[in-house]
Amino acid sequence: MSIPAFGDSLVTYLIIAALLFGIGFYGLVHRRTLIGMLIAGELILAGASINFMAFNRFLAPDPTVGQIFTLFIMGIAAAEAAIAMSIIIAVYRNYRSIDVDDVAELKG
Amino acid sequence: MVPLFSAEGLSSLLFIVIVMTTLLGAVIATHSERLIRAVAGLAIACIGVAGLYYYLHSPFVALMEMLIYVGAVCVTIVFAVMLADPNPEEDAAAGSIFTGPLSFALGIMVFWGLYAVSGKTSWVPPAARINDGSLEEVGKSLLTNYSMVFELISLVLLIAIIGSLVLARQGRTRTGGQS
Repeated sequence: MSIPAFGDSLVTYLIIAALLFGIGFYGLVHRRTLIGMLIAGELILAGASINFMAFNRFLAPDPTVGQIFTLFIMGIAAAEAAIAMSIIIAVYRNYRSIDVDDVAELKG
Repeated sequence: MVPLFSAEGLSSLLFIVIVMTTLLGAVIATHSERLIRAVAGLAIACIGVAGLYYYLHSPFVALMEMLIYVGAVCVTIVFAVMLADPNPEEDAAAGSIFTGPLSFALGIMVFWGLYAVSGKTSWVPPAARINDGSLEEVGKSLLTNYSMVFELISLVLLIAIIGSLVLARQGRTRTGGQS
């Protein structure tokens, strides 16, 4: 029995990252609550990070750049999750709902 | 192709398992009715992504993925679900056209575009590497070349903490409660 070694080619990681990005984009359009959209956004960020790490592993002359960029993406994602959570709680306090169709007035 | 019952074969098998974990978690995260299950799916997907980072020769970034995403971001979203979402999401078909098949088609189109670009391009490997990308080198360049960005991200995190406190506090009266 033999098994293909997928883990050593760049295109495998690019396809996985594209799949994650596509699933995240689908969820971002498909979901109707703010928390669901936040989760889908995290999936999109994960796809972008995998792309950076794959290029870092296979193509970069300086293999620390992609790792550092991925660490910064994680920091930005953590900050984004904290801000989004407080926005969601503020919206829920005002509208008693986190459905994006209910939050439909602009006047503050 | 490598034989299955060898170190490389088992490692390839584990790689396939990790990829399946990632994609399964992503599908759960976008498709489950209850948001708390979607958060669990996001955690599963992040564990899979950490495994992928391990296969990309970066165990440090894999550990950071586990710590930050599974440990911090998912817990934050769980708190948001607990504080703000009592009801399961209603049927998506009742909404606009965007939530139905059109969103699926959009996701497929995005994936297909990225896939076509990555398949068509001929990637050129580097002629030489200036270091081996180990944790020591990452630390050195984090404190020399990228020290400015390193400081800026701490500023971003500080502003995010203060901003989320300000946002979550608005609308709450100072003398509202018993205290």
